[in-house]
Amino acid sequence: MTVTELVKRLNLEILVEGDGSREVTGGYAGDLLSWVMGRAREGDAWITVMGNLNAIAVAVLSDTACIILSEDAALDKDARERAVTEGIPILRSSETSFQLAVKIDRLLHNYKYNVDGFSTHRY
Amino acid sequence: MKLHYKVPGDDFTRAGEASGEVKRKLKRLGFDSDVVRRMTISIYEAEINMAIHAGGGVVDVEIMPDRITAVLTDDGPGIPDLDKAMQEGWSTAPDNIRSLGFGAGMGLPNIKKYTDILKIDTVVGKGTTLTMAVLIKPE
Repeated sequence: MTVTELVKRLNLEILVEGDGSREVTGGYAGDLLSWVMGRAREGDAWITVMGNLNAIAVAVLSDTACIILSEDAALDKDARERAVTEGIPILRSSETSFQLAVKIDRLLHNYKYNVDGFSTHRY
Repeated sequence: MKLHYKVPGDDFTRAGEASGEVKRKLKRLGFDSDVVRRMTISIYEAEINMAIHAGGGVVDVEIMPDRITAVLTDDGPGIPDLDKAMQEGWSTAPDNIRSLGFGAGMGLPNIKKYTDILKIDTVVGKGTTLTMAVLIKPE
């Protein structure tokens, strides 16, 4: 599933468009930046409340597909500018990190099963 | 190819310039994305450490076909208890750093996890030199 499809399915607010064609292959939720760098995988949708410049650097270095700011967390002005330069999609939702993580997990699994032609009722 | 960067001591927005630029160079040279990721995250962690604890420092990167090496040198306070510093979750970072999302005590453990070679030379009161490398495995 691409970032653009994820935005539609979860009705996310787009703060920075970035590369919407990036494939989302998993997800990670966390706000401690080194923890994220140690654990998140390439292609993850990263759910966080951290909207500062360092978060953008972490997304770039960790190769996450996008950043999703949960609970309407703020995005700093300089962070927004850097995300535009780096092409990182920044999305936002009023839902909690937990709610978003559950939904993304469900979407990714159903999507895989749809594509593979198997049951869509995994949950 | 050899690269040299200065890491400022008080500006956390600029710490990360070296790792960002190394990432662009490595990608352009066609290195595997996992190699690029492991190396540049490690350099970033070390840059942040120097900015938080040591008042900045310098980064020297050497890119070879079989390995990427980074040497990070500072004149900071040194690391008094290296064993503790290598433990996940142990940190001496102040509160203002934590509010930025750092200070989780994962810096050196992440570097150890992601690099193939890590050597730490530290003298209390004099400074620290981190030498790290990611090896390129032949396909």
